[in-house]
Amino acid sequence: MDQILANALGELITPMTAAYALAAIGLAMHFGFTGLLNFGQAAYMLVGAYAFAMATLAGLGLVPAILISFAASIVLSLILGIPTLRLRSDYLAIVTIAAAEILRFIVSTTGLNDVTGGPQGLSGFAREFYALNPFPAGEYGFWAWSMDEKGLWVRVVAWSLVILAALFVAKMIRSPWGRVIKGIREDEDAVRSLGKNVYSYKMQSLIIGGVLGTLAGIVFVLPRAVQPGNFGTGLTFFIWTILLLGGAATVLGPIIGSMIFWVLLSLTDGLLSAGVDSGIITFIQQDQIGGIRFMLVGLGLMLLVIFRPQGIFGNKKELYFNG
Amino acid sequence: MNQLTVRALARPAKWISAGLMLLSIMFQGGAALAVAPEPTQDITSQYSIQGTIRQGAANPVKGAVISVVGEGFEGSATTNARGKWEISVPTRGTYTVTLDLSTLPEGAKLKPGFENVRMVTIDKVNTVVALFPLESIEDPNVKPTPTTNVLLSRIFAGLNFGILLAMAAIGLSLIYGTTGLSNFAHGEMVTIGALTMFTFNRVMGLDIIVSTLLATLIVTAFGYVQDAALWRPLRKKRIGITQMMIVSIGLSIFVRYFLQLVYGGETKVLSQGATWNIFGVLMPAVNVICAGIAIIALLGFAWFLTRTRIGKATRAVSDNAALAASTGIDVERIIRIVWVVAAALTGLSGVFIGLYFQASWDTGFSILLLLFAAVTLGGLGTAFGAAVGALIVGMFVELSTLVIPPDLKFAGALIVLILVLLFRPQGVLGRKQRIG
Amino acid sequence: MADQIAKGKAEPGCAKLDPILIADNVVRQFGGLTAVDVAHVEIPRGQITALIGPNGAGKTTFFNLLTGFDKPNSGSWTFNGKKLSGVASYKVARLGMVRTFQLTKALSLLTVMENMRLGYQNQKGENPLAAMFKSIWRKQESVVTETANELLTRFKLDAKKDDFAASLSGGQRKLLEMARALMTKPTMIMLDEPMAGVNPALTQSLLDHIKDLKKEGMTVLFVEHDMHMVRHISDWVIVMAEGKIVAEGPPKEVMKNPAVIDAYLGAHHDSDLGSNSKKGSK
Repeated sequence: MDQILANALGELITPMTAAYALAAIGLAMHFGFTGLLNFGQAAYMLVGAYAFAMATLAGLGLVPAILISFAASIVLSLILGIPTLRLRSDYLAIVTIAAAEILRFIVSTTGLNDVTGGPQGLSGFAREFYALNPFPAGEYGFWAWSMDEKGLWVRVVAWSLVILAALFVAKMIRSPWGRVIKGIREDEDAVRSLGKNVYSYKMQSLIIGGVLGTLAGIVFVLPRAVQPGNFGTGLTFFIWTILLLGGAATVLGPIIGSMIFWVLLSLTDGLLSAGVDSGIITFIQQDQIGGIRFMLVGLGLMLLVIFRPQGIFGNKKELYFNG
Repeated sequence: MNQLTVRALARPAKWISAGLMLLSIMFQGGAALAVAPEPTQDITSQYSIQGTIRQGAANPVKGAVISVVGEGFEGSATTNARGKWEISVPTRGTYTVTLDLSTLPEGAKLKPGFENVRMVTIDKVNTVVALFPLESIEDPNVKPTPTTNVLLSRIFAGLNFGILLAMAAIGLSLIYGTTGLSNFAHGEMVTIGALTMFTFNRVMGLDIIVSTLLATLIVTAFGYVQDAALWRPLRKKRIGITQMMIVSIGLSIFVRYFLQLVYGGETKVLSQGATWNIFGVLMPAVNVICAGIAIIALLGFAWFLTRTRIGKATRAVSDNAALAASTGIDVERIIRIVWVVAAALTGLSGVFIGLYFQASWDTGFSILLLLFAAVTLGGLGTAFGAAVGALIVGMFVELSTLVIPPDLKFAGALIVLILVLLFRPQGVLGRKQRIG
Repeated sequence: MADQIAKGKAEPGCAKLDPILIADNVVRQFGGLTAVDVAHVEIPRGQITALIGPNGAGKTTFFNLLTGFDKPNSGSWTFNGKKLSGVASYKVARLGMVRTFQLTKALSLLTVMENMRLGYQNQKGENPLAAMFKSIWRKQESVVTETANELLTRFKLDAKKDDFAASLSGGQRKLLEMARALMTKPTMIMLDEPMAGVNPALTQSLLDHIKDLKKEGMTVLFVEHDMHMVRHISDWVIVMAEGKIVAEGPPKEVMKNPAVIDAYLGAHHDSDLGSNSKKGSK
């Protein structure tokens, strides 16, 4: 039991939790604040991961690799946004999902093995990142949150980025720019009638949220390998759940939402697993626990949207669901 | 109708088209995506060796043991119900992988030229596949592919598929038209039809007609309960259609994984049987009969929609619920009827699709994309449009295999859909409205 | 009065002494239905012009066309001499032609004050690069807020300035939308059914607000479909029916015009509303 709890609580600060939080903050900018239907945040993460890995493996330094990722992200936003942002909102939805699909297909196809690593992906791109690690070798932390110096470094960087992203988005939203954005979310025509170029603002929001998603992709793969299988719709769905759980039109929401989400998932997995092992739970087997996890997430999402659509931190008055 | 009402009506469109896209990814890649990727948290070991052991596409081998030795490491794994296995290894290098032949099923053997011991190297990539191909035990006569008449066979397949899709697509469109709900859980009704058909016909051994009726009945009941217990209270609560859509996403996931729990992850083949020769194309007899029944069902439904009072009331509600209510139509009653009819059609579609392909926990989900495409292509909110759209999608999917690799066929349908939406957003049969 | 506005006789499409908006051959069709078919119309500068007509006459559609919220099948128009046909709606607003909507678009997810602030033009803080640095836009923001406060006080909405717009009544939302439009400092303001859904008690104050706009030098064009309400504040009336302009002129004359009376079959044109409006707006 102690181990289950430790595993679960350990999830609070893992780099993956941070990556999801970052991606959710980007999505908060898109959907929570601007009302853009981005169903392809996985695409932005994929672009970040692959551009970063490929640039690093090609010999470029850390900073140029990151800049290239950002540039790729902006290009993606332009490709997605230029044809669709002047039209109905669902066009963006279509195009983002298509983009995620196409990109994933491109990077997994065996024909491009030399460049993208094909279905097996890429690894060994994080050396320079770890070379910057100021923490000496050793064990850090305690109990559920024990890690070595590499783990500590990744966490410090990841969570610093999360906090910076949150502060950045919060500042932008509280500005006159943010005011226009929020107006667009509710009624584009009203904002147009006040002389604002709605298309331009939507593009700006898309780019900003997209760059955050791309950054999330980099953070996501720093401690592991880049594999196309990780960037499927499961990823996008989890990010959406986290966003709605925390409160889509907040910055605290995505962060706490990600933490709670992963802790709960780990806890459920652990409890179910122990239950099956010890014979208390008899109607399922070990390899079915993954399925139960999804059932619970599905149920959780339903209850969330029905009974608390504003999420944990959302303001009911500012409810972004106006469909 | 003023501009703002039009926009309100057009809003749900975004969800449907969003839906099909979401599902396109979920379908592509098939099994790998059905259980969504769960990236490991392991920082220290990112290398692994993996593979699949099966005797043909629909016959995975469970319980086979594979062991790995190398670089000072030893480990083993057992294949799961899908025949998949994976072993994490600590470092790069060369490993010897051995398949324990004694753990294979009776009579299983490797394809000629393959050994049960291989060497693999992990160098630049993190995951390596070790292949142990087994002889297939599947009956090659089940899927006859004549070398002549390929075009004709694709056309027939396309029509067949399209007709089956049409029944489910009509259901989806009716529900969307009368309640505004883009039901992401619609595919699960198809799945339940297919899986319960499997239970009645294969497991319990009941007659095929009886099984069909029972399976359809179960899905109809499920549809009724779904509306009564979930959607009606939500409508009363005046919940927005955006929220309802996300609720249906959650429901879809819940039902799907529940079905996986109950039925397991393997696909179930429902029937083999005689094949008939129609204009030089070999088709399973069952498929032809199903298509025939489906056509009758569709015609019956068309009669219902155009000739009966309830049918006309349904169209009125689809068009403008508030207006229909003001003429004295009991909208809630119509919606209930719509759910029952839609579920029945969709359940029947599920039974036939199970017979046409196979049944598994995500059968319905994998075609949900195509259903959304059909509904959008045909013109939102029109039942006939959905049928037309389904035929187009079915034809396109099957015909496209003539020029593009089969695993891309659904993607092809997608691209067509996008193009149609860009140039004719109201679909084929939809009315041209201001949508900007 | 008429000769101070029109060039010649007061008839549909007549020229004005000082037109601010001139439109030609504006046609909008939906399928088989012709919603708007205006051969020629000129809106006089600095006056309050009412655009009236029965339901379905095409008034709101015409509004939408002129302000860029809809595309016509054909037609062209100029505003202050500048060609505006085909110009995007946000640019039209920037050029000084601002409109309100029939179904109010008070942004409920924002506070009243935030709604107002949105209206101010050329805000530095709306640039994404500048938004990050409060020092760039802080000063202007206080000017914006001050302007907003003045307008809110004038429209008696100041007590609600920090409430979400969703909490306002229908009439208050209409006032908010009008006040917000005024934040843009428009040259011409186009009000689409400003009285619709408004509590009769508020109607008089709304009428007074509109009169004030003229005093400030603004041109006002507003749509209404109840003639009596407009009789007391408009300088000029344009009557539309079935997409066409059927009459123009000063209110008193237009009311006596048989074509107009025909268009309003069954309207209560013989009872006066004036200052004690007991009979509701519609």
